Amino acid sequence: MELIGLANYALFMGIFIGIYALLALGLNIQWGFAGLFNAGIAGFFAVGAYTSAILTSPYAEGRLGGFELPFYVGWIGAMIAAALIAWPIGKICLRFRSDYLAIASIGVAEIIRLVIKSEAELTNSARGITNIPRPYGDLPYVQSQMAYLAIVAIVLLVAYLMVERQFNAPWGRMMRAIRDNELAARAMGKNVEYRRLEAFIFGSALMGLGGALFAHFNRSITPEAIDPMVATFLVWIMLILGGSGNNRGAILGAAVVWTIWSVSEIATDQLPQEYAVKAKYIRLFLIGLMLQLVLRFRPEGLLPEPLRGDLRSDDVSSEK
Amino acid sequence: MLELNQLVMDFSGFRAVNGCSFNVEEGSITGLIGPNGAGKTTLFNMIAGALEPTSGTIKFLNEDVTGLSSDALFHKGLVRTFQIPHEFHHLTTLENLMMVPPHQVGEGLFANWFRWGRVRENETEVERKAYDTLDFLELTHVAHQRAGNLSGGQKKLLELGRTMMTDAKLVLLDEPAAGVNRTLLRKLEEKIQILNTERGYTFILIEHDMEMIEKLCDPVVCMAEGAVLIEGDFQTVRSDTRVLEAYLGETVGDAA
Repeated sequence: MELIGLANYALFMGIFIGIYALLALGLNIQWGFAGLFNAGIAGFFAVGAYTSAILTSPYAEGRLGGFELPFYVGWIGAMIAAALIAWPIGKICLRFRSDYLAIASIGVAEIIRLVIKSEAELTNSARGITNIPRPYGDLPYVQSQMAYLAIVAIVLLVAYLMVERQFNAPWGRMMRAIRDNELAARAMGKNVEYRRLEAFIFGSALMGLGGALFAHFNRSITPEAIDPMVATFLVWIMLILGGSGNNRGAILGAAVVWTIWSVSEIATDQLPQEYAVKAKYIRLFLIGLMLQLVLRFRPEGLLPEPLRGDLRSDDVSSEK
Repeated sequence: MLELNQLVMDFSGFRAVNGCSFNVEEGSITGLIGPNGAGKTTLFNMIAGALEPTSGTIKFLNEDVTGLSSDALFHKGLVRTFQIPHEFHHLTTLENLMMVPPHQVGEGLFANWFRWGRVRENETEVERKAYDTLDFLELTHVAHQRAGNLSGGQKKLLELGRTMMTDAKLVLLDEPAAGVNRTLLRKLEEKIQILNTERGYTFILIEHDMEMIEKLCDPVVCMAEGAVLIEGDFQTVRSDTRVLEAYLGETVGDAA
């Protein structure tokens, strides 16, 4: 019995790691590639979650919905919606330098959260959207979890391959150049504003997809899920700890940080009631401490940004 | 080719460039000299589109380009280097060169996913060009080094190399010799001369190294206090007492 419980827990954790890895990959495009300090991940996460929820859930009194579209349509819709929201935000905010962009994006995420909380016709406000269909959700519990984990893994793999392709391709090279030295990139004829907007939209679309996967996994979404602590800052810690600029690092960071985050919850749940609330802060402290240690002893993260010469660096090194 | 007309640049009350006008002929290597703070680099920044002039006009190839951004000017064939090297420090030396050519197929997000064959074809071409440039600059051995780890002189060469990765017409070189050792310096002069004669690049060169100016530049423009003091061939400029006064900041008799 104990073993099955453990297996269930592992499945649950695997799914969450996959979802967070998508968010971290999205952030890696924005921060790791393009140097954009987006502190409003929760906002794009929410847009994706709610879009897919509205597109796929059955009709409910008093809110938009009842389209009952297949889940994959919802997920694509989530990416498009997050991208469409990112476009005007990027258009306005990307003109700011990095720290101002961070402040602006926190504000934007908060606006999105408030809109979701108060627009009952759109999102059913605080009660949230329920009955979101989960693919293979009719299967028995464990099989259903396994099927969902497989889907998340496939989505993550495809996303990873797509992002990884860009890193070495001329697009990624140009983005890294813009990040390293904006003035010189401009002098080399690159349209910096436009390219940053591209990276911002691309990253945001992945965050929207992560949100959609989260909503379908929980079968419901409420404004409480759009907590900047777990949806924004945890993702930042994952990327910094894993290694910004490195896609594998982003995924590894998601796995490490989520495992610690999740296991520490079990530990604090064992405590007597009076300490349980305080223990919540111990978990935050633990994550913060880990970030400090990584920044002190491995400032580039567990897997630093790789150094790529060109697409065929293997044949080149054999020439030498 | 380039016509500067009464350029003025104010920095909140401080006038760095004050009514600067001169023309650059196609195919020439124009030297721009003057004491520190004469406004040479500010002038460069205006020509290259990094700064918008307070007043005055810039014409490039008979077209008014005043206030155009530097990326737009790049596409018109105007390329610049920086006084303090602005390499892309996390990229390799090779990548620093490969990012330069405009309109690469793989600069489109979707091309990299759906037209990978075309992208690779284009990349092969760009890579070959980059290796040729590295060979020319004798930097091939550091092709896969992080550009941030290159020496000061190598970074200067890399700056020059970037201008060779595109079909530049006018190249602005901001103190290419500063911090470069003597041997490398002779090499650099030679490279500039080859680019001028064989590739038809027109150069404007800010430099404090008078040997280099003498060897390469005709005409020479001397700036002081934000305006053109005198222009002419090297001998004329050098023997002009006003130039000495500008450099030494005092009246020099007839000791030229």
